[in-house]
Amino acid sequence: MAYFRSNVLVCSDPECIGKGSEKILESLLAELSKKGLAEEVKVMDTPRIGDCDKGPEILVYPEGYHYVGLTVEDIPFLVEEQFLKGRPVNKLLAPPKKEEAQELREPTAKEVRVVLRNCGKINPENIEEYIAENGYAALAKVLTEKSPDEVIQIVKESGLRGRGGAGFSTGMKWALTRDTVGDVRYIICNADEGDPGAFMNRAVLEGDPHSVLEGMIIAAYAIGAQQGFVYCRAEYPIAVKTFEIAIKQAREYGLLGEHIFGTDFSFDLEVRQGAGAFVCGEETALIASIEGKRGEPRPRPPFPSVRGLFGKPTSINNVESYANVPQIILNGPEWFASMGTEKSKGTKTFALAGDVKKTGLIEVPFGITLREIIYDVGGGIKNDLGFKAIQTGGPMGGCLPEEFLDLPVDYERLSQAGSIMGSGGMVVLDEETCMVDIAKFFVKFIQDESCGKCVPCRVGTRRMLEILTRITEGNGRPDDIDLLEQLSVEIRQDSLCGLGQGAPNPVVSTIKHFRKEYEAHINDKVCPAKVCRALISYEIDPEKCVGCTLCARNCPVNCISGELKKTHVIDPDICIRCGICKQVCNYGAVLVK
Amino acid sequence: MTVNTKDSKDMVKTVDLIIDEFHAKKEELIPILMKVSQELGHISTPALEQISERMHIPQSQVYSVASFYRLIYTKSTGRHVIKFCESAPCHVAGGREVWNAIQKELKVKPGETSADGKWTLTTTSCLGVCAVGPVMMVDEDIYGNLRPDQLTDILGKYE
Repeated sequence: MAYFRSNVLVCSDPECIGKGSEKILESLLAELSKKGLAEEVKVMDTPRIGDCDKGPEILVYPEGYHYVGLTVEDIPFLVEEQFLKGRPVNKLLAPPKKEEAQELREPTAKEVRVVLRNCGKINPENIEEYIAENGYAALAKVLTEKSPDEVIQIVKESGLRGRGGAGFSTGMKWALTRDTVGDVRYIICNADEGDPGAFMNRAVLEGDPHSVLEGMIIAAYAIGAQQGFVYCRAEYPIAVKTFEIAIKQAREYGLLGEHIFGTDFSFDLEVRQGAGAFVCGEETALIASIEGKRGEPRPRPPFPSVRGLFGKPTSINNVESYANVPQIILNGPEWFASMGTEKSKGTKTFALAGDVKKTGLIEVPFGITLREIIYDVGGGIKNDLGFKAIQTGGPMGGCLPEEFLDLPVDYERLSQAGSIMGSGGMVVLDEETCMVDIAKFFVKFIQDESCGKCVPCRVGTRRMLEILTRITEGNGRPDDIDLLEQLSVEIRQDSLCGLGQGAPNPVVSTIKHFRKEYEAHINDKVCPAKVCRALISYEIDPEKCVGCTLCARNCPVNCISGELKKTHVIDPDICIRCGICKQVCNYGAVLVK
Repeated sequence: MTVNTKDSKDMVKTVDLIIDEFHAKKEELIPILMKVSQELGHISTPALEQISERMHIPQSQVYSVASFYRLIYTKSTGRHVIKFCESAPCHVAGGREVWNAIQKELKVKPGETSADGKWTLTTTSCLGVCAVGPVMMVDEDIYGNLRPDQLTDILGKYE
């Protein structure tokens, strides 16, 4: 095989062709042979590089230079500089991609990137870049060397558990689906990531869609499915678009469709968009939604692996579960099982949000402590305030206080502590957070998203919200805590799906760990964190007030009186506790009591 | 995104084309409703009747599906739809102040449309960009790291 020191990829996407990429390719070839470089530089066309709106565009490897907006006139200069003199032409290089609010930073020492290894490194809209990172090698290995049962065995041995939250063994789920008798089987990717504070799946779908796609094709082979669906929420338009491009490219490369890799295995899939219903992340609701119905859950069993989409055996797995599969095949189940704890293997992505210095996406091995996540990876609490709690597992998760900071993170330990793994949202709360307010917030979310099918969830969460609201408004009754606890037990026991069963978690965990705060609200009519408006009052510190009149001029209800250069006073009867005076005061003279 | 000027003939045609695009398949009801809602601003009564008739699904069922999903509008919307994230990560990052400021600025209550038909104000569950909360979405544009004082500038961009 001839050796080329440089490879040039010319984008031949219709948009780039429309902008003249074919002429660019011709003149590149002509110019290279004119300069005697035809034997050293190989020119190829590629279906898509991804910046076609700035096309025509080319990629130069091994350096990875990306040139855009080329004209035929640029080519002689470009060839001379790039290939003869060996230096890039800066003015033609694509501008560096804007980093999206640093969602994904350079990994810290405690992080291990398996699922996120390609995110931010490769162009997600170019399948060749994924292939260059060993992409689809696992699929090739599986289709040519392994039987479906062997694949399931490998995934079982790796210990991979569902990353959507429930933590069921992925290999087991596949085996159950495969073992169900039936002519048609389906595979679904649950990309309906709706937990507030969670955006791990979006990052993978947007940054490395082919890893999910490859995992899905492998899963389809293992369970014997010919058709798959990716159910992605409509709130993620870029993820939907990126994944659709990935599917199209995979079809062009023969990785989807009939006789993949020349074998008897055929498989294809399509993206279905959600329509803004959180409950559709629950697997039976998701199936109903793909079927064109209201996204209401149904009782299980039968589980989808027995009776799923259109009544056929169906395996539903999370985005992150699929993204792990190619790596498990390539590196072996032992490698995967070497990371993590006894029952939770591998790594987990988390979205760090809230009052932490470095918010964003992280990937860490199971077994890491919450303290390491917050302080070593997340850089500590914002504004150097004290830590109060960490909320894990999304709206059905719980809040864990300081004494749990050294808890190693895995499925079992988080449950034992009164929270859950969930899909991987982590919201850090600082000392200025009111835990009753937070509990109210999550219950409100669940109340809004309850599909209304079963009474415990529909009515129970509403009653809970009413009680929490009156507590934060200063009208709490002495037996409200007992009432909340009793309601929690009933909602958990009697609800149909995970949404209702998990709904009391934020309340139960905050009562368990922050009972004093509830009592202060109810008995003393005080909000210790000074958040609940009805329970606080604003006062001006006469020692600090210089009488600048700024607060009085900004007060929307004119409740502050005082002359220039004299101490001002707030009339508590008129004050609406909006806090504007505190925000505008330059002397820190407005106090919250 | 909203086309309020279409006359009824155009509307019938638009709905027909969308149903054709999805081959009038019953399991594609949600994508069909989504698209009609996007194109016409909401699922109007005539559109609902037309979908029901062409797809052989009872009107009650079409309505029950349409009203279930938050992104399918069954009431008419303003020219621009603001979706404000009301999830906890945005809330703790200062979302409440911004939310109050929006209502004040636009003089619109949540779920309602302004008198001039320009704005519809809604809340949404998580938009998945929690690292830059508080966040809102105006039509298809996402704005993060919001502060109350930026609102006039941002909203001023929309006609």
